[in-house]
Amino acid sequence: MRVARSPRTPYVLIAPAVVAMLGFLVYPMGSVIYYSLQHYDVTQPWDNGFAGLENFRVLLFEDPLFWQSLGFSVKWVVVEVVLQLLFGLALALIVNETFIGRAVSRALVFSPWAVSGVLTTGIWILLYNPSTGIFRYLADLGIGSYDTAPLADPSTVFTAAVVAELWRGVPFFAILLLADLQTVSGDLYEAASVDGASRIRRFVHITLPHLKDAIILSTLLRAVWEFNNVDLLYTLTGGGPAHQTTTLPLYVAAKAVQSHDFGYGSALTTAAFVVLTFFSIAYLRLSKFGART
Amino acid sequence: MTTTLTRPVAPTAPPVARKPANRVSRWQIYLPLGLYLLFTLVPFYWMVVFAFRPRGSNSLLPWPVTLDNFEHVWTGMGFSIFFQNSLLVGVASLVSTTVIALAGGYALARYDFRGRQAFLIGMLCTQFIPGAMMLIPLFEIFRTLGLVNSLWALVIAETVFQLPLSLILISGFVKNIPIELEQAAWVDGCSRLRGFFAVVLPMLRPALVAVGSFAFIHSWNNFLFALMFVNEQDKFTLPVGLAFTIGEFSADFGALAAGGVVAAVPVVLVFAVIQRYLVQGLSAGAVKG
Repeated sequence: MRVARSPRTPYVLIAPAVVAMLGFLVYPMGSVIYYSLQHYDVTQPWDNGFAGLENFRVLLFEDPLFWQSLGFSVKWVVVEVVLQLLFGLALALIVNETFIGRAVSRALVFSPWAVSGVLTTGIWILLYNPSTGIFRYLADLGIGSYDTAPLADPSTVFTAAVVAELWRGVPFFAILLLADLQTVSGDLYEAASVDGASRIRRFVHITLPHLKDAIILSTLLRAVWEFNNVDLLYTLTGGGPAHQTTTLPLYVAAKAVQSHDFGYGSALTTAAFVVLTFFSIAYLRLSKFGART
Repeated sequence: MTTTLTRPVAPTAPPVARKPANRVSRWQIYLPLGLYLLFTLVPFYWMVVFAFRPRGSNSLLPWPVTLDNFEHVWTGMGFSIFFQNSLLVGVASLVSTTVIALAGGYALARYDFRGRQAFLIGMLCTQFIPGAMMLIPLFEIFRTLGLVNSLWALVIAETVFQLPLSLILISGFVKNIPIELEQAAWVDGCSRLRGFFAVVLPMLRPALVAVGSFAFIHSWNNFLFALMFVNEQDKFTLPVGLAFTIGEFSADFGALAAGGVVAAVPVVLVFAVIQRYLVQGLSAGAVKG
């Protein structure tokens, strides 16, 4: 039941939020599309002006780095989201059980969630560095070799970055899925075990269907987030070696922060936004989000 | 009180009724949990060891404890200023996000007004707008407003990106508070505003804790906005300062680790306190569907 004494009240209450979001989210989004049709380079202002679809032509046909970074973004997102989901689900199931030390365990395993991407980089640089890292001590124990340098070696840099991001990313799924697990009615499990259903069967037939929407939504949010997030790769690998770990937003950030080519950077941005929107719609459709199972 | 708070949806099955065969044995919990804890805690430990042990030491224990590294980053490398800046941005973002989301969330939950549905859909769409993608246009806006190199640019950008989720969370919580409670206050002669402060606000505490700490942690951790909108060293926030430590002083691992501890302690402490509210809040949201 809603009581509206004065029809103006809700608008007054919501106005600050609307103004802030129109001014600093909607308007900028529009201006990205506008800039993408312009030549706009802070370092070469004499060339500025309307460019039509020129930026997009260059992007699609003359810029191998666009396709390479888009390809890497997809690989990065798929690997991260799948691994984070699997570990996060396992972790949520474990800390949902009743055992001694549960509260402390939860606080500890969730804690990397609060850590920034830059700090994650700082910590893992310490761990990976051949002179300060963990591999030296493992080599002392006879495991591996002394010159293991995961971030410098092109064959291991991807795995090294994935593990560091996993460390910070798993708690997100663990928290979200744990919250949803706590809404499963205990009666269902009781009835199923009375009927003689095994643990695995109960998981497949009760837990998973219950978690379905939470899993779809959290994987989508996480995929978008991992796609967009640049902090870790920007500081950990800088997109290297040889652009091997450059994601599309990292490429955009490099264009914006370092070379100040705003026109072309905006075209890249628009392309990324289109990719993301189509992916999100397709994902929600194909996964039948909200459909009854 | 505290133990019941963590489980808002009480499991109806009494644990005693479970048959032993259905129970997970202890090692099935403790073994994987222990392994995962190792993965979580070793990196933290590594940072702490490097921050506290003397230079040149190879020990895996932070002993003898020295504060040299902290002194170096705090006074020598300007982390005391970065810390103040981060704190200012974090607290200002917390306050502005919470106040704006509180007003808007209450309106969304309690009033049916024209444009409400459109606003809700628009808010969901903003979730797909990437922060990195907004760098260029936001930079232009802040330059027009004369806010480049101002910490307020960071506060505004943070607040705006936090608003959609905060509005959704708070309006969900307000909906869960029976309107009859408010009506009772009005009958007793309270104005709508006084009724809100007397009845609704105290019940919103978990939501406010969640929204406020989200906003604080996010702005404390944000790197890209701070890197892009602020160029003067006395306006740097901790992540930017830390990134420069990673980039320029890569040989000084003690400083890197000490800077990391300075950046980590406030958020990890905040998070340790709020994480159970977080699970509770998200759980309550899930019940509504």
